Amino acid sequence: MSDSPPNSGTQDHAAQATESLPKRLLRATEVDTRMLGLIGALVMIWVCFHFLSDGRFLTPRNLWNLSVQTSSVAVMATGMVLIIVTRHIDLSVGSLLGFVAMIMGVTQTAFLPDVMGVGSDWIWVVTLLVGICLGAFIGGVHGFIIAYAGVPAFIVTLGGLLVWRGLAWWVTTGQTVSPMDPTFRLIGGGPYGSIGAFWSWMVAIAACVGIVFSIAIGRINRKRFNFPLRPMWAELTMAAIGCASVLGAVATANSYPWPRGIVKRYAEQNSITVPEGGLFIAHGIAIPVLIAVGVGIVMTFIATRTRFGRYVFAMGGNPEAAELAGINTRWVTMKIFILMGVLCAIAGAISTARLNASTNAQGTLDELLVIAAAVIGGTSLSGGIGTIVGAIIGALVMQSLQSGMVLLGVDAPFQAVVVGVVLVLAVWLDGLYRSRSV
Amino acid sequence: MNSKHETTNVSDSNSITKQTDEAATTVIEMHDCSISFGGIHAVQNASLSLKKGEVVALLGHNGAGKSTFIKLLSGAYKRDTGVIKVRGEEATINNPRDAKSYGIETIYQTLALADNVDTAANLYLGRELRTVWGTLDDVAMEAKAREVMGRLNPRFQRFKEPVKALSGGQRQSVAIARAILFDAQILIMDEPTAALGPQETAQVGELIKQLKKDGISIFLISHDIEDVFELADSVAVMKNGQMVGTAPVSDVTRDDVLGMIILGKCPPGAVRGPGAIDTELA
Repeated sequence: MSDSPPNSGTQDHAAQATESLPKRLLRATEVDTRMLGLIGALVMIWVCFHFLSDGRFLTPRNLWNLSVQTSSVAVMATGMVLIIVTRHIDLSVGSLLGFVAMIMGVTQTAFLPDVMGVGSDWIWVVTLLVGICLGAFIGGVHGFIIAYAGVPAFIVTLGGLLVWRGLAWWVTTGQTVSPMDPTFRLIGGGPYGSIGAFWSWMVAIAACVGIVFSIAIGRINRKRFNFPLRPMWAELTMAAIGCASVLGAVATANSYPWPRGIVKRYAEQNSITVPEGGLFIAHGIAIPVLIAVGVGIVMTFIATRTRFGRYVFAMGGNPEAAELAGINTRWVTMKIFILMGVLCAIAGAISTARLNASTNAQGTLDELLVIAAAVIGGTSLSGGIGTIVGAIIGALVMQSLQSGMVLLGVDAPFQAVVVGVVLVLAVWLDGLYRSRSV
Repeated sequence: MNSKHETTNVSDSNSITKQTDEAATTVIEMHDCSISFGGIHAVQNASLSLKKGEVVALLGHNGAGKSTFIKLLSGAYKRDTGVIKVRGEEATINNPRDAKSYGIETIYQTLALADNVDTAANLYLGRELRTVWGTLDDVAMEAKAREVMGRLNPRFQRFKEPVKALSGGQRQSVAIARAILFDAQILIMDEPTAALGPQETAQVGELIKQLKKDGISIFLISHDIEDVFELADSVAVMKNGQMVGTAPVSDVTRDDVLGMIILGKCPPGAVRGPGAIDTELA
C-alpha cells in the first residue's frame, strides 16, 4: 500500500498520521492481514489447549511431535494449493499415498534386497526414486484424463481414490509390510531421524541469512528501477520477526532431549561416560520437518517465481484469458497433477518411514485433511487465490486441533466432529473476510 | 514474398506492378472463412482484407458473427474452412499463440484479463520476462509496465493491486497496453470503448489515430457509427454470419451503413458480399 495513487496521496498522509501503531506497521510491511488472522488463530488454539491440558501442550516434546505429525499432510497440502487455485480438486491423494507407500515398502523389503544385497546403502535412494517416479506417473495419468480427455477432476480423482486404495490392497493382498530399511526410516523422524543441536543451529543461521538476503535483494532491485520502497524500519521489523521465529523454533527443537533409554544405549555404543544427572542429547529439527520446510520453500518458489506458477494463478483467475494469452493450459494442468503425485510420494515416504511399515489403510482420509489444510490456509475454492505458506500453517492448525484433543483425551469420533465444524467455520469466516476486502 | 506473384504473371507487366503493390500493402487477407458450432453457421464464407496502416471497422447487430469472425484471425477459434494470408503468405492460425507469432494482437470485448494478478503480470501473460536464472523478472516487467501505462494513462499508479480492483477504464488501458506492448503490426479491437465513459472513449480514439499513424493496421469492431466514421478508413458489415459488403467510408453515408446493418442492403458504393440482400427482389 506504500504506492498509493498520487491523487489520494494527501488523504493518505492525513490518515497515516492518525493511525495507530499496529495499523501503520501493517501498512508499511504490506503483511497480508488474512495470514495474520490465521497465525492468530493458531496461537489461540495453542494457548487454549495449553491451559486446558494443564500446561502439557506448549512443551518442547509436544511441539516437536506436532511438527513431525504435520509434515506429511503439509507436503501434500502445498500441491493441493495449486490444484485448487486452478479450480480443480484432488480426492485421490490419500489413496495415492497409500498405493505409492505400499510399492515403496515392497520395493525396499522384498525386491531390492534380492537385487542389491541385504543392507545395501543405496536401497533407500532407489526406493525413493521408484516412489517419486510412480507418483509422477499416476499424477500424470490423472492430469492427462482431466486436461486432455476433459473429465472433471472431481470424478477422475474420485475414481482414483477407489482404484489406488484397491490396488494398494492387491499388492500384498492386505498384508502389512515391515520393517523398513534403517536409512529409509530416518525420513520419518525419531531421535536418530533428527539432525541434532549443532546442525539445527546451522540451519537456523542459514535461514536467517536467507531471510535478510532476500529482503535486501528485493530492496536493491526496486531501488534500481526507482520504484516506491517500503520504509527501512518496516523491512528491519520483518527481518527481525522472521529471524526470531526461526531461532525460536530451533531453540524449542533443541530443548527436547532424547529419551533416557536411547541415550543410554547410544552412550554404551559410543563408549561415552554418562555424567551424573544424565546426558542431554537434543533432538534438533526432525528430518521430515526439514523435508516439509524444503518442499514448502521449493513450492513457494515454483508458485511465485516461475512461469509455471504464474500460469497456474492466471488460469485460476480467468481460464479463458489464460488460453487467449497463448498459454498451453492443458499441459499446465497435467503438470500440476504430476507435481501432486510427486508430493504424495514424498509424503508417503515420510509416513511409511515414521510407521516403519506400509499398511493397507495408510493415508485413509488424508485427502480431507489436505484439502482442509489448503482451504483453512486461505486457498479459495473459486480459484485464483492461495499461498503455500498458508496451506502449511493450515496443516499445522488441523494437526494442532487433533493432537490437542488427543492430549485432552477427547474420543476419536468427537475429534472428527470438531475438525469438521472448524473446517466449515473457517471457510465461512474466510468468505466474510473476502466479501469485505475486495 | 512476392516471387510467387511475379512468376505467375510474367507475361503481363502491368499485372506484376499491380500485384506487388497490393502484396506490399495488404497485410491481412481472409478468404471464404467459415465456422459452425453444432448446426449453427456462425460465420459463412466471409472475406475481408486489411492494408498497412488502415483501420477497417466491422459492424453488425449482436449475433451477426463479428466477434466470431475476428476470433478466427486471433486464433481463439479454429476455422472450419477458408484461407488466411498474412503479408501475402498463407498463415497457419490454429490457436492464439500462432496469431501472436504473426504479430496479430487482440483486445477482446471481455478484455481477457486474469483478475487476480497485477497489471505487469497481465501485460506479460504468456510472454513473461525472465532473469538469467530462468525465474520471473518481476521488477523488469513492472518497470516496462510503468512505462507503457504511463503513456496510455499517466495518472495510473496502482501497479501492486490485482486488476479486479481497477476501474473499467483502467482495466481497458491494461488490455490495450498488453496489445501494443509487443510491437503488434495488426491489432484487433473488439468493442474497445463499450465499457468506457466519454472522456476515456475519446482517449481510445486518439490512441487509435496514433497507432494508425505508426503504420499499425487495425480491425475495429464497434457499435458506435459515429466512432466508425471518425476513425475508420473503410467499413465492413456482417449480418447473419455473412458479409453484406465492404466500402471505403468516403463512399457511403451513415444511412447507407445503417441500411447494410439493418436490412442487409448493399449500397452502390460498396463491394457486395454473399450476405447482401437484393431489395428489388425482396
